[in-house]
Amino acid sequence: MPPPRRAVLSTLRDADGEALDRAVVLWLPGQGTATGEDSAELHLHGGRAVVAAVEAALGALPSLRRAEPGEFTRRAFANGRIDLAEAEGLADLLSAETELQRRGALAMAGGALSCLVADWRGRVLALSAAMEAALDFAGDDDIDDQGAAVPPGVSEACEALADELAAWLRRPRAEPLREGFRVVLAGPPNAGKSTLFNALVEDEAAITAAEPGTTRDVLLRTVAIGGVPFAFVDTAGLREHGAGAIEQVGIARARAEAERADLVLWLGPEGEGPKERTVWEIAAQCDRTDIPAKRQPRFRLSALTGEGLDDLRQALVEHARSALPQPGEVALNARQHGLLAEVGAAVGDAAACADPLLAAENLRLARVALDRLVGRAGTEDMLDALFGRFCIGK
Amino acid sequence: MHQFDIIVVGGGHAGVEAAAVAARMGARTALVSFDPAMIGAMSCNPAIGGLGKGHLVREVDAFDGLLARAADEAAIHYRMLNRSKGSAVQGPRVQADRRLFRAAIQRIVAAQEGLTVVAGEAAALRLHGGAVCGVDLADGTALEAPAVVLCTGTFLGGRLFRGEERMEGGRIGESAAHRLAKQLRGAGLPMARLKTGTPPRLDGRTIDWSCLPVQPSDPEPWTMSPLTGLRRLPQVFCAIARTNARTHDAIRAGLDRSPLFSGAIDAQGPRYCPSIEDKIHRFGDRDGHQVFLEPEGLDDHVIYPNGVSTSLPADVQVAMMRSMEGLEAVEILVPGYAVEYDHIDPRALRRSLELREMPGLYCAGQINGTTGYEEAAAQGLVAGMHAAAAVLGLTAPALDRASSYMAVMVDDLTLHGVSEPYRMLTARAEYRLRLRANNAATRLTPLGLQAGCIGPERAAWFAAREEARARLAEQLALEVLPTELNANGVMVRADGVRRPLSEWLRFPEVTFAALQPWLDDVPIDADLAEEMTEDAAYAPYLARQEAELKQLRASDGVPLGDHFPYAEVPGLSREMVERLERAQPDTLAAAGRVPGITPAALASLLVAARRRVAA
Repeated sequence: MPPPRRAVLSTLRDADGEALDRAVVLWLPGQGTATGEDSAELHLHGGRAVVAAVEAALGALPSLRRAEPGEFTRRAFANGRIDLAEAEGLADLLSAETELQRRGALAMAGGALSCLVADWRGRVLALSAAMEAALDFAGDDDIDDQGAAVPPGVSEACEALADELAAWLRRPRAEPLREGFRVVLAGPPNAGKSTLFNALVEDEAAITAAEPGTTRDVLLRTVAIGGVPFAFVDTAGLREHGAGAIEQVGIARARAEAERADLVLWLGPEGEGPKERTVWEIAAQCDRTDIPAKRQPRFRLSALTGEGLDDLRQALVEHARSALPQPGEVALNARQHGLLAEVGAAVGDAAACADPLLAAENLRLARVALDRLVGRAGTEDMLDALFGRFCIGK
Repeated sequence: MHQFDIIVVGGGHAGVEAAAVAARMGARTALVSFDPAMIGAMSCNPAIGGLGKGHLVREVDAFDGLLARAADEAAIHYRMLNRSKGSAVQGPRVQADRRLFRAAIQRIVAAQEGLTVVAGEAAALRLHGGAVCGVDLADGTALEAPAVVLCTGTFLGGRLFRGEERMEGGRIGESAAHRLAKQLRGAGLPMARLKTGTPPRLDGRTIDWSCLPVQPSDPEPWTMSPLTGLRRLPQVFCAIARTNARTHDAIRAGLDRSPLFSGAIDAQGPRYCPSIEDKIHRFGDRDGHQVFLEPEGLDDHVIYPNGVSTSLPADVQVAMMRSMEGLEAVEILVPGYAVEYDHIDPRALRRSLELREMPGLYCAGQINGTTGYEEAAAQGLVAGMHAAAAVLGLTAPALDRASSYMAVMVDDLTLHGVSEPYRMLTARAEYRLRLRANNAATRLTPLGLQAGCIGPERAAWFAAREEARARLAEQLALEVLPTELNANGVMVRADGVRRPLSEWLRFPEVTFAALQPWLDDVPIDADLAEEMTEDAAYAPYLARQEAELKQLRASDGVPLGDHFPYAEVPGLSREMVERLERAQPDTLAAAGRVPGITPAALASLLVAARRRVAA
């Protein structure tokens, strides 16, 4: 253990003793830290693979888990390091860099999601009430005893709600709005990706050279174009042969980047771009005559002469606007998306349950997740829904 | 002057459990009753158990309480409600012969060592420096004890209503405890009124049973207590009558004379046990309601018509009853009535059911705002255990919402308070998949053994059962291939995965009986087999609940304690402060269950609690 509050260079190893990274390690004992609790900081080399490997090694340790979103802020708040206003200020600080983001945040703050959740919660409560009536008052006055069956209509209503939730889960998420619409430039080496990248971000961020494999790592820049947040990602050129060990890692990362892209600008041979992503065929370096021209490129451009660049920018803005949450529209963040996915899964499971007891348990899990979404607790609410609907009791 | 460890006031279901458990734990206990011949009386319906309630009966039994055994001794009709569903929502319910039930309770009470029955009216609590130190009887006798358990039922300030009639009393023909009620009100305790009702009693000889559908007793040989073994009494049937348009007309015509509608009673009655006039008034569109005709005893012609609790005038009751098919010539023996009584706001109680403001005074049953024999008995057991533990310097069992319905009830009462008489429902228990009527002994008897309230007979039974469980668990750990199951006629999908037998039990195609080829020949108790089958079936759900429970228990580890300075917590609104001060949650987790407390309020509370501990 390094001495308190002293930065120490140290090799991190996993459980098998394999080196993961050489990192700067800080040990910060309690109270005076940001959260008010004992903390350790590992300053890693920035690659995602390094972070992922260290995270995996840490996750394998007992009683260690990933912080939940906002957990450090919450702990800082819970431990009295910051007050509620500061906590909220922190949240505000993290959002709204562009006009689009500001308007989205305003919609959420105005309770757009809460209204939806209230509606879903009301429906889950009604379904729960129907289930509980069948379980707690079977054979009672006006509740038919369905025997071992789920009351009629409940499974169908669960299925309908699950479908509706699934549709919501497929809608544009809040992250691209917050982190920028992710545009990944991909293609073989020397296709001009870095040159285009620099042109788009209007900066000499990436080193460009005629030498194949100049870009060996992933480069990310966020910029706002026309009020829309973008995250442009430059990647290593994809090639099967001739790449050194380091470049191969870069190629693997490039493929990973392409997989999480909102849009891929493909600078390689026509039709050979990544599948399952939105891909735009780009005929770059149109000033060059020594390379085969694409027959049907979406854009023909030269970063050197600037030809076609404005058209591309405009198309990017239009496309991103349609793919990002619309201004004022509800967009789910990771926490909300996760909880809503839990709700959807539980309601879907409830629809599939033949045992009313397990259907009721799944609906309870859906209620727990919904309550966590809005911060309410609720068996009493369910009972109110129950007693409001049925004439129960002898 | 008579010295005891515990004095229990009231010989109803709460009182006898409280007194008996205290005595079982070794406390010298007095049970004070107006009339010892009425100890163990069933004031209302002749049934014990039901949905949610049956769980409480089994839990009381798991602590070696009286209710289940006495119910079995008197049972003349057994019915497992929800038989076709999982045991987590099954409700064992019996109809008991009133006289036999009372006799059984009185016999067990008389045989209990260390338990003295004292006849008399508890007129006043003896107080010393704000704490309770005994009870003065109306005849001037003084009883001393460091702990008193009040189980006064509807007798505390009880008032009966029937049409225009008003009577003082807790039960028809019995006096009420007015002096005690006055003293409690005078002591500044938060008191309020609740209402309940009872139907008219009918003469079974004047009912035409031939035209009514009957409901026979369950043929399966289950009993309320596993210690009972075999059913002893002949079984009778119930019948079902039904109200009709003429019944509803008769009721509507009499509504203006009902104390519920004339404004004479403004106390709230139970939503799930509404009076017939309430049902007609609130759900006027129904064309009829069922009325279960339940015999009150083997050699008794009194019939209890379940479903027509009422406080309408006696003449309207006659018209209403005689409008039903089969009851055209029925004679009413005792007309129904409503009773309004005092109760304490249960938020003034600790989880031990001791009053925060009056150390040594415990309350159980209707005085805490509940309804039902089973709810009363369970609270009696909790209060008696805690009182005895406090006096004898023992530790009372720690129960929580994940381990028992008893704790669910106590938690609900002490944190939410009541706005109507509280009745147990399985829906109240969020962890009901683990709180099954058939695993009450597994869940609770070990805690009872630790607390010293389990007699030798049950201790021996439990030890044998645990041994059988361990043996069975060992056999169920055997791993077999699907093909091996197929070879024995169990048609599961052959996916090549070797699984323990206990996991195979989760598959709908696999029954316990089908596993016989892999089990040894020692006969297996059917209840135990069912319990373990369900354990296997619910295992994935229980595992998912574990995460929820872990969170719960973590915040249960943050104590708030009595008189926490809520008003000084920065960021708490006045409304939150008010709610928290009334409920006085003992931990942060409990505070989270106080209605209306927001997550932000909880966070502020956590900060304050941590600072207070650190200071």
